[in-house]
Amino acid sequence: MDIVSLARFQFAMTTVFHFFFVPFTIGTGLVVAIMESMYVHTNNPSYKKMTKFWGNIFMLSFAVGVVTGLIQEFQFGMNWSDYSRFMGDIFGAPLAFEALLSFFIESTFIGLWVFTWDRVKKGLHLFFMWMIVFGTMTSALWILSANSFMQHPVGFTVRNGRAEMVDFGALLSNPQLMFEYSHVLLTAVLTGATIITGLAAFQLLKKRALSDENKLIYHKTMRLGLTLMLIFSLGAIVAGDMQMQYLIKEQPMKFAATEAVYKTTKSPAPWTVVGIADTKTHQVKGKVEIPAMLSVLSYHKLSGSVEGMEEINAQLEKKYGTHIDGQKMNYYVPVNTLFWSFRVMCGFGALLALVSIVGLVMTRKSKPTLYNHRWMLWVLAILTFSPFLANTAGWFITEFGRAPWTVYGLFTIAQSVSPNVSVASLLTSNIVYFILFTVLAIILIVLIVRFLRNDPVEWDEAQADKKATDPFAKGAF
Amino acid sequence: MSFLQILWFILIGVLFAGFFFLDGFDYGVGMAVGTLAHDEGERTQLIRSIGPVWDGNEVWLITAGGAMFASFPYWYATLFSGYYLILLLILVSLILRGVSFEFRAKSSDSKKPVWDRILAWSSFFAPFLFGVMFISMIKGMPIDAAGNIHAHFFDYFNWFSIVGGIALALLTYLHGLNYITLKTKGPISERSQNYAQALYWVLYVGEVVFALLLLFQTDFLAVHPVLTLLCLVLIVGFSVWAHVATFKDKQGQAFTASGLTLIALVALIFCGLFPRVMISSISSKFDLMIQSASSSNYTLIVMTIATVILVPCVLAYTVWAYWIFRKRIAMPRVGEANY
Repeated sequence: MDIVSLARFQFAMTTVFHFFFVPFTIGTGLVVAIMESMYVHTNNPSYKKMTKFWGNIFMLSFAVGVVTGLIQEFQFGMNWSDYSRFMGDIFGAPLAFEALLSFFIESTFIGLWVFTWDRVKKGLHLFFMWMIVFGTMTSALWILSANSFMQHPVGFTVRNGRAEMVDFGALLSNPQLMFEYSHVLLTAVLTGATIITGLAAFQLLKKRALSDENKLIYHKTMRLGLTLMLIFSLGAIVAGDMQMQYLIKEQPMKFAATEAVYKTTKSPAPWTVVGIADTKTHQVKGKVEIPAMLSVLSYHKLSGSVEGMEEINAQLEKKYGTHIDGQKMNYYVPVNTLFWSFRVMCGFGALLALVSIVGLVMTRKSKPTLYNHRWMLWVLAILTFSPFLANTAGWFITEFGRAPWTVYGLFTIAQSVSPNVSVASLLTSNIVYFILFTVLAIILIVLIVRFLRNDPVEWDEAQADKKATDPFAKGAF
Repeated sequence: MSFLQILWFILIGVLFAGFFFLDGFDYGVGMAVGTLAHDEGERTQLIRSIGPVWDGNEVWLITAGGAMFASFPYWYATLFSGYYLILLLILVSLILRGVSFEFRAKSSDSKKPVWDRILAWSSFFAPFLFGVMFISMIKGMPIDAAGNIHAHFFDYFNWFSIVGGIALALLTYLHGLNYITLKTKGPISERSQNYAQALYWVLYVGEVVFALLLLFQTDFLAVHPVLTLLCLVLIVGFSVWAHVATFKDKQGQAFTASGLTLIALVALIFCGLFPRVMISSISSKFDLMIQSASSSNYTLIVMTIATVILVPCVLAYTVWAYWIFRKRIAMPRVGEANY
């Protein structure tokens, strides 16, 4: 075990775990904000119960998201100190902005939102919720502007042995950021909508008598969730496609790896649906091909060849050299990881779009049959977990596909690591984080399951009852 | 050294001061959940007193870290990689502490005490470890020519840093007690004041020991004699003011004074460091300097503009939030509500 692999493993583990909760929070936040807007608009108390009920799921996700985010800010300095020295001039600014603009808003307004139900005017309370949504959504913008720089450096110059910022505007108008941010934001809402819809399906699947109001709340939840799922899955597919068009030009190695193309294809290019790449012989085993399909996917036409990894590697070796800091380089990326991640991500994206269409048809007002078809409820319930896999797969493509660079073309992974941190320290922190995340995940799931034993109406009444017995309740906030 | 470099050195200090002032009483209240509260109702009462605001207070730390990364990348890189295991422990404390609020609220009554205990211990360890980190930092760490720390256990944990850690934990505890006196009603408010009255005597002992160690173990007195002595006098002076205020039942004054004590401590550290950001115990040639550890002038300009625009907004809605939550927290009935 060397420090680079341990630091990389830790980065993967902590970011993947953190990113379970980022889109979960952004997405459910928006769903809850829409629900509360419906309440304020219609003044229907059922919508208020709906908002409060799902608001609890949102808050649990928020809590874990915040604390796992702390690790992210610290670990650049802890594990990647040479990277921090090289990139601090550029990376630090978006991070500081994220704290100043987004984190303060999120954390202050979530305190206000949670503790001021029925204590401030409805409109003001709704404003708090939309401020939280604003905070979560801008937070993603800042951190992705840093990530986009790492994928596609712009507005900088290398001076004094580090990348120095010369144009902050360029950092924010980075084309990579436009694609990355819109794709992440759309899938985040898709994530939230899928989770809420799926959990509502779980609630309906449990065999018990539900009051009419509870039923209404769950049905409204599903209808809203499915609508958002459809809009945002289609949006995510379009944004993803645009991002791939961009990748063909900007990071051809990443693109070729997602399709396991070793040698430049003929025109039109056939598409490998499934297969296993042999990284030694550069053959793809057991592949199933569709003729000309890769040209259609890549260029939206029936012709055009796709450049292979061997050719791209030769070009990159020519451009960046075969040795950096005395280490032999090649520019291949983990092909099978990218190839299969891409299929997992796109597969779930397409599946969610399809299921949301079927779901919407089955919940149409004239003939709502979905609630009687348990198989469809099961499909939606199981799909609750799919966004976590799809989001992780998406980041695998983005991050593994940048290998061997941390900052594309400028700074390698091997150059980035902290030189003074020992294997023992890294091993310790890896084990500590692993145990901590496992425990947190188990507790979180237990608490969500425990909370979902309630239904919105009864839960709200229980809360009101408790307050009624408190002689100091009026002053108690 | 340019004006902007000095400004950002001061701003990092301001951010840490804000963090210790605001999150300081959160830690104190957290410790009080394990030491001051007698029953479930009182624990809930205490947690409620910081429930709406603790998360925003912790963002001061995140901002301080982010701003350090942005304005002094070399300082950030050296400090964070050099204090690896201490920061790991701080992170574990902050993570457990952060989830304990929400997890406690959603747990069954039988599990609540577990989260209370986690909250109390993590609220102690976070300020204690921050104290150990900052105090060993001003003593000087073995920083080599490349700016990397290669330290042994006793570089981190020595008499000076442990006294510093305990002193910081005690200061935040007292700050929390003053906050509880101010923000709650019922028996716990009075008990909290009694605790503070007694504990300030312990703090004085700690402050004298700390001051003596500081004078002998750091070069602060040699480098900045006036400022160092002034800050030490302020620390003791604010402590006495807070102590006297607790006897006179001037609750707002006591809270303000204990907060100012923490700010004076941060001021002491930053004044003593200037014009360095980190001190090498190997050779003064390897000290990290404000001048060479900072980011480019352009980045500092961008950061300054953002700060000038955003910080007043942050302060405005933070004050507004505290205003909305200005009422004292009463004791809830047992089993009542979530928070």
